[in-house]
Amino acid sequence: MKQALVVARKDLLVEFRARLLLVRVIPFALLVLVLFAVALDSEPLILRAASGLVWLTMLFSTLLLVQRTYDVETQDAALEVLLTSAVEPVNVFFGKLFAAFVQLLVLSVLLVFGAIVLYGATVSGSNVVLLVTIVVSAAWGLASVGTLYGAVVANMNGRDSLLALLALPVLAPLLIGASRATEAAFGSQTIDTASGWAWVALLAVFAVVFSAAGAAAFGALMEPEA
Amino acid sequence: MQPVTTNDTAIRLNDAVVALGGFPALAGASVSVGRGELVALRGANGTGKSTLLRLCAGLVPLTRGSAQVFDVNLADDRASVRRHVGLLGHRNGLYDELTSRENVEFTARLVGAHTRDVEDALARLRIDSRVASTRTRALSAGQRRRTALASLVVRRAQLWLLDEPHAGLDAAARDELDVILLEATSSGATVLYTTHETDRPGRAVPRTLLLAGGVVASDSPRQS
Repeated sequence: MKQALVVARKDLLVEFRARLLLVRVIPFALLVLVLFAVALDSEPLILRAASGLVWLTMLFSTLLLVQRTYDVETQDAALEVLLTSAVEPVNVFFGKLFAAFVQLLVLSVLLVFGAIVLYGATVSGSNVVLLVTIVVSAAWGLASVGTLYGAVVANMNGRDSLLALLALPVLAPLLIGASRATEAAFGSQTIDTASGWAWVALLAVFAVVFSAAGAAAFGALMEPEA
Repeated sequence: MQPVTTNDTAIRLNDAVVALGGFPALAGASVSVGRGELVALRGANGTGKSTLLRLCAGLVPLTRGSAQVFDVNLADDRASVRRHVGLLGHRNGLYDELTSRENVEFTARLVGAHTRDVEDALARLRIDSRVASTRTRALSAGQRRRTALASLVVRRAQLWLLDEPHAGLDAAARDELDVILLEATSSGATVLYTTHETDRPGRAVPRTLLLAGGVVASDSPRQS
């Protein structure tokens, strides 16, 4: 566990210094939100689509973040040194997952605020807990899948496009679950709060399953090629 | 050439073959290295020196023959040997956005070394406070190499595998590195390194293996 925290701290420090989140991902994500608002140009339509647009933007942003987290490991063969540093691969996985989770958490909070400001979405006091739970569980799920599939393509040519091709279909249940649950948190007429919590349960199961799968598979995935 | 084995053998290769993309980068190497030995690997480019190091680090699979490192059979288990290995390849394994000191501290935290060990390692590699507080992407090749070596020093591995560790270092740093490697062997570590260096006056020549065509062509004992 201590090694995982050391890896997470390193990843966060590298990202803080590189300012990828601040300079590239956050502007990209906010721009997408704005463009959706311009493209849909209809208040009722935007309100209905707000939750889906937030999580679709999160999906694309996750790909950017995950690509970067593996790029820094491969550009000077740091991953190879890491694997020969008495570090258990499972600790590398959870370290990278935790660092990605923190960044995605920040981004998702910004995007939810963006939806409230740009799309006029509202969250009643009773739905705040639901919204916080959605954001935490969905961010963990995104980080789990991103870290796992980032490892799958880390040593491949054309990994940028491959990551999108492999991860996006897997993330479809998360997109649906997070969108529906957020719709409930935004007080939509088409879904009640109880159903929103049911979707949160799906998000939690999704996050746990992919965390466990990543922990089990990461060592084999990181095995150096001949 | 048949390997000589002892009860205290760190590495034992017997007719080891490693095929990379179908090409036998190591084509039947046999060698035995005792614990605490310092061994230089020499040979022209493409003779299998780096592959031999990577085989011992558990980073490439054994195609044929046998290979044991610290009694771990590499044909069956390549992963468990890695926790005993400190590897320095052609690339340094550094994070560009971290400073020299932060890179060494990262390794230290992973292996549970103390802050004092970090300071000692930086001092041994003549990394002053200015260089230590500079991001590694802004450092020269020699400074980056010294940072990677400092990380290796705090790692305190049982088996040091270094691919041309002297490359990019100035004369003083090369001499200091030789001392560090000797000290590592004195404390029980086994050190294998590749080199193209010509012998320097006044410097003891370690046991030297000459590789040619993916096999160990000659094995010269240590000379004082």
